Amino acid sequence: MTRISMTVDGVTYDDDVEPRTLLVHHLRERLGKVGTVVGCDTTNCGSCTVLLGGRGVKSCSVLAVQADGMDVTTVEGLAGADGELHPVQRAFHETHALQCGYCTPGMIMAAVDLLSENPDPTDDEVREGLEGNLCRCTGYQNIVQAVRDAATSMRAGTAATVDAPAQASPAAQTQGVTT
Amino acid sequence: MIPAAFDYTRPTDLGAAVQALADAGEDAKVIAGGQSLMPMLRMRFAAPTMLVDLGGVAELRGVRDDGEALVIGAMTTHDEILRDPLIQQHAPLIAQATATVADRQVRHLGTFGGSLAHADPAGDLPSVATALEATFEIAGAGGRRSVPASEFFVDYLTTVLEPGEVLTSIRVPKLPGWSTHYEKFSRVAQAWALVGVAVAVHRSNGTVADARVALTNMASKPVRARAVEDALSGASATEESLASASAHAADDAEPSSDPWASADYRRHLATVLTRRALHAAGAA
Ligand SMILES: Cc1cc2nc3c(=O)[nH]c(=O)nc-3n(C[C@H](O)[C@H](O)[C@H](O)COP(=O)(O)OP(=O)(O)OC[C@H]3O[C@@H](n4cnc5c(N)ncnc54)[C@H](O)[C@@H]3O)c2cc1C
Ligand code: FES
Ligand code: FES
Repeated sequence: MTRISMTVDGVTYDDDVEPRTLLVHHLRERLGKVGTVVGCDTTNCGSCTVLLGGRGVKSCSVLAVQADGMDVTTVEGLAGADGELHPVQRAFHETHALQCGYCTPGMIMAAVDLLSENPDPTDDEVREGLEGNLCRCTGYQNIVQAVRDAATSMRAGTAATVDAPAQASPAAQTQGVTT
Repeated sequence: MIPAAFDYTRPTDLGAAVQALADAGEDAKVIAGGQSLMPMLRMRFAAPTMLVDLGGVAELRGVRDDGEALVIGAMTTHDEILRDPLIQQHAPLIAQATATVADRQVRHLGTFGGSLAHADPAGDLPSVATALEATFEIAGAGGRRSVPASEFFVDYLTTVLEPGEVLTSIRVPKLPGWSTHYEKFSRVAQAWALVGVAVAVHRSNGTVADARVALTNMASKPVRARAVEDALSGASATEESLASASAHAADDAEPSSDPWASADYRRHLATVLTRRALHAAGAA
């Protein structure tokens, strides 16, 4: 067992872990952060993405011991204290950027990571920035739209006004919803 | 899956890392960014008894100007390579190829040295290091040694690194006056290269004075396309010379067939991509 200390979503936890414990398992099973999910064994799907020291990483491919002394943000740490959604979360909701939702926590964290570096990405830059995240349901169109909408509202520095559903993004309307 | 149990240590200097490897014996393994090793541990393709994490060894990280060459610390991440002004200025080929490696998350953790030590035949950086004629600096309990790229890669996932040895840095000559290009072909975004071609070209007075061509995924390790290099050397810098030289791109290669591409298709790709890479590098 190795003693580690890690700050997750603003709270510091000290734990003894087996060196082979994956960060994602530590988050889920020890700290109860089950918002972060596992989708593969090959570091391909990105569903486990969290911010480690502020940068997006696949938490299935980092050992908990490697995160000793570091700051981790999971999808559960994005919303405000009052439960107000992060602009990226809200944009995913409003743009219908998910169907089964399994990829969503990772997509959102990868989008937060991308926007921290590029606050105004083009469609292509969003697709490239999220290339490490696979979605088997949506076809990605609404995910790209959500990230661009979130970027717009984050640049405005204000919470996007919640419009009536009929005024959801044009992309969502023209492509139709295939659930 | 969960990896098999192992011990773990995170030394903060190279001497301690080499010592930890020596103490733990043959079944110890280095972990750098973990982006190739972790999937192998999870699928239990590898089951080391001890992992020596180089993440705390600051001296293995960063890029430094050493006059005629850049010295790149093995633990420099792909992401750091992409942001490094010295790399942009003196080894843009490395930045260009690194931008095609994996995805943002993997590039945040994966390292330049780890990619080279891992020696995946489909990896982009081994052929780039081969084209640049880089030198690999290695440290072990028995001392230090330098190995040229032409000898570093031995076979599929195999290099000259002995158990207990650490790749510490990679020396990349600056090649003033040369131009370079990396051309990669893959099936979908985020995919490994079906074939990749790294070229470096030196032109003078309307001829190609010197050319280097190294191929990704055309054998169990990177290969120099010597037939192309020989055909180009001294040739007039025209599209015709490029095309006729590129036709020999697969002459020295032994590509394999897999579910994604047959060996014949890979040979074809090598000739087309070599011509494109030479063209993009301004060889004509
Ligand atoms: C989804 C995905 C897509 C990818 N796509 C590409 C791609 O398109 N092109 C590409 O080139 N690569 C790709 N990679 C691989 C990526 O570049 C890895 O970063 C790299 O192969 C390994 O670097 P690492 O630092 O993570 O090494 P690790 O995984 O930590 O180590 C890999 C191996 O090298 C050994 N090792 C590492 N560093 C040293 C050292 N300094 N001295 C001695 N031994 C050492 C380890 O013991 C281990 O055996 C991809 C990886 C993933 C997960
Ligand atoms: S679970 Fe698929 S990349 Fe981590
Ligand atoms: S919504 Fe189902 S995988 Fe993306």
